[in-house]
Amino acid sequence: MRVLIALLMALMAVPLAAQGDVPPAPYAYRQLDDPAQEAAAQELMETLRCLKCQSQSIADSDAPMAGDMRHQVRIRIADGEEPEAIRRWLMDRYGDYVSYEPVMSATTWPLFVIPILLVLLAMLIFRRRFRGRT
Amino acid sequence: MSWRLWLPLAIFFGFLGLAGYQLTQPKDDAIKSTMVGKGLPYFMLPPASLDRPGVDSRYFHQGEPKLLNIWASWCLPCIAEAPQLEQLKQEGVEIVGVAIRDKPVDVMRFLTDHGNPYTRIGRDDLSEVQLGIGSSGVPETFVVDGKGVITYQHIGDIRPEHVPILLEELRKAGQ
Amino acid sequence: MIAEIGLAALWLAAALAVLQLAGGLLALRGDGANEIAALTRPAAVLQGGLVALAFGALLWVFAITDLSVKLVATSSHTAKPLIFKISGAWGNHEGSMLLWVTVMALAGALIAAIERRLPERTMQATLAAQGFVALGFYAFLLLSSNPFERLPQPAVEGLGLNPLLQDIGLAFHPPTLYIGYVGLSVAFSFAVGALITRQVTPDFARAMRPWILGAWVFLTLGLTAGSYWAYYELGWGGYWFWDPVENAALMPWLAATALLHSASVLAGRDALRVWTIMLGVVAFSMSMLGTFLVRSGVLTSVHAFAVDPERGSFILFLLAIYIGGALLLFALRAGAISEGERFSMASREGALVVNNVMLSAILAVVLLGTLYPLLTEAFDVRVSVGPPYFNPVGAIFAFPMLTVMAVGPLLRWRQDRWGRISKEMGLVAALLLAGVVLFGLLAEASLLALLGLTFAVALAAASFLPLKGRNLRRVPIATWGMVVAHLGVAMMLFGMASESAFSKEKLAALEEGGMTSVGPWSVRLEAVEPVAGPNWTAIAGRMSASYEQGEPVQIAPQSRNFWAPPQQTTESVLITRWDGQLYAVMGGSSTDGRWQVRLWWKPFVTFIWYGGLLVALGGVMALVGRVRVDLRRRLVRRKLAERRNDMETAV
Repeated sequence: MRVLIALLMALMAVPLAAQGDVPPAPYAYRQLDDPAQEAAAQELMETLRCLKCQSQSIADSDAPMAGDMRHQVRIRIADGEEPEAIRRWLMDRYGDYVSYEPVMSATTWPLFVIPILLVLLAMLIFRRRFRGRT
Repeated sequence: MSWRLWLPLAIFFGFLGLAGYQLTQPKDDAIKSTMVGKGLPYFMLPPASLDRPGVDSRYFHQGEPKLLNIWASWCLPCIAEAPQLEQLKQEGVEIVGVAIRDKPVDVMRFLTDHGNPYTRIGRDDLSEVQLGIGSSGVPETFVVDGKGVITYQHIGDIRPEHVPILLEELRKAGQ
Repeated sequence: MIAEIGLAALWLAAALAVLQLAGGLLALRGDGANEIAALTRPAAVLQGGLVALAFGALLWVFAITDLSVKLVATSSHTAKPLIFKISGAWGNHEGSMLLWVTVMALAGALIAAIERRLPERTMQATLAAQGFVALGFYAFLLLSSNPFERLPQPAVEGLGLNPLLQDIGLAFHPPTLYIGYVGLSVAFSFAVGALITRQVTPDFARAMRPWILGAWVFLTLGLTAGSYWAYYELGWGGYWFWDPVENAALMPWLAATALLHSASVLAGRDALRVWTIMLGVVAFSMSMLGTFLVRSGVLTSVHAFAVDPERGSFILFLLAIYIGGALLLFALRAGAISEGERFSMASREGALVVNNVMLSAILAVVLLGTLYPLLTEAFDVRVSVGPPYFNPVGAIFAFPMLTVMAVGPLLRWRQDRWGRISKEMGLVAALLLAGVVLFGLLAEASLLALLGLTFAVALAAASFLPLKGRNLRRVPIATWGMVVAHLGVAMMLFGMASESAFSKEKLAALEEGGMTSVGPWSVRLEAVEPVAGPNWTAIAGRMSASYEQGEPVQIAPQSRNFWAPPQQTTESVLITRWDGQLYAVMGGSSTDGRWQVRLWWKPFVTFIWYGGLLVALGGVMALVGRVRVDLRRRLVRRKLAERRNDMETAV
């Protein structure tokens, strides 16, 4: 969408030409040989935020830093590390911001509680309409 | 009259308040490292230039607090902060550089053009150290105390007004 | 000169909006038939003409690249194909705001010119509201975002348009969405008008419905096109990112979808009066909220539109007046509107209520997820809310809604028994069960994708059930519209679920002549060649791709470098088959002289957009059907009136 231009702008804000001189990290654009490991890496990468972009995961960004993060994820998975341990490792460094995976925590509980409250409220409002005529 | 009819307006006022407040706030897009207060992870980087050694994280464990400067020759704000780094060096601060995704040729050219405030420069081609210390951009500067613990993070280029802040943070880290 | 004409037309239009507002308000105080009230409609019509003239002037200065106009100098360039020069007119903040008021003024002109069935007082109140809303946006445009501002010295060359915008799909994406967003302003004005006069009747819903349908069709098309554009232009195969700006476009659509269904209940059964009014207010509020989020910079820090706190404050001010005012009016007046007809849970209305509650819940989830980072930032905590939140949490409400969507249209109005449709419900349940088992064995997919595939199949079958046992030639067009739109939803869902469950990805580093494969495709990189365009250079990877050893197809995806402004884009190439798409992207070179190639095989991914088109087509059919019925009714009424006149003269 017009929208996404925005994202891209963010991505392009980095002087690309200059950075393009250095080849990307080996596993930035290379899949792991083991399909199961690659699937695990892919699943994790889709839920990690590209820190240099807008609303993109590292799985769909051309930003060099996203490439370096993909490299980290893939080599760590290849080393047998658990995906959640890698996520933990990144969250220890960048906070909740780096992960899209919603975890119920002190800062995120309203995200889950409010929708439920709204549905209860809607049911309360409409309950009266249905009563007395079933 | 029912309270439920006022609910949408109440929610909307909540939004207005929030949006109005955020409009007046300066937009802070910096992603702060949560490694401040924690020890540097172990790393060993090969030299990024011919005339300076590489960086071993154990180097930060011996005594004096130091600055760890994340930079790159392709980064324009790094040129802007070069005089301030020079000034810090004059003040007797030891600055250790980590060059992100860079080539020795470009590093040498940059240092010739803009001065070399570093005692050591490590070459971080895969952003491993950058990711390891929770840095999300270039340039960033970390204050590391004599025991290898990160005590302060400065995001973006160092402007003249930031120099005293960094000196103060270094002094605190030295106590 | 042309630019000055445009500016003058805008000022005149703003003056007419004042007249329209004043006329409408005075009419409300009197009996609705005084002299000033007679000016309200002509003022609205003339205003539409003037704004159209202003927009024409903007298109003209862009077409001839008049570099003495600041906006042209900052967002256009002489070395650009004509079509992109013209589309560049709305590829920036000022131009797109002018497009916004243009659509708004034309819509206002149209209701003033043709709407005759509402009571005159409600109509005057509606036109006054429309004039009032338009006035705010004229003020915004003229006082803080003048698109016709001149430079003291004409620029030598323009700064250029973002290369990503230089794409035919994107040239028409914003106008489509804008017609949708702003079309909802009519529903908003109707709702405010009805709140003022407290006349919420089926006629009111019938008057509002074509506007909702029209706006909704454009929103559907805009979202579908935007999603496809993101898919082929961004080069990673993703079609929806839950980005705040995408959500800003989705929220009005969700509200409009709910409004569409509740307006049907009001039009047909005289129930859900207050709720329909509420949704009428909410739908356009979501459009304005989206505008605020996109342009104020509170959410997206880097954006194609210049982010300016002053503009943000201005839009927030407009929001406070319009949304706040409408909601205040709602709180004060809605209590006086009676609830309308009652109905039982097991009825068409009951099903539509569940649909409305679920759609509203999804809207609430999207709104909450979009604004949540803004909320936590106030406490200096940064969180990310993305697909892993929106997909499952939205699905919790979407699947019950889809279930109701399958069986609801089979229920009778007012009161029905579940037992009467037990056979059909049994069929849907059996399909769901069979689907879960079948797809569960077939695909190693996530639960969401599995449910998606299953529900898609069941819903597709169920969407035809309302036609069962009916003479197909006598089924009203509007009912066909519903069938088609619901089928479209099923198709879209199937595409999304299939994309998620069955996609294959291959990242390969190939030498020239190297081979790789993805899914049933084998792809050979024949050669890598430089290519030059009017304002870019590129490397193109000539590849031949063959599906299961079949006849090879030649493709050449590019990696482009634009120079005004300097930027790199990927031009992916898609090979479309009936059962999916091969998606090929050319990357850069790696150290050892090989080339990065990204390939995806996405089975049935095209169903997402075909489904979207079907949904829009269903909307068009419903619109045609409704308008035809309305016209026939109008004709009957006129005939009756004539006959009455004749009789009176005879007497």
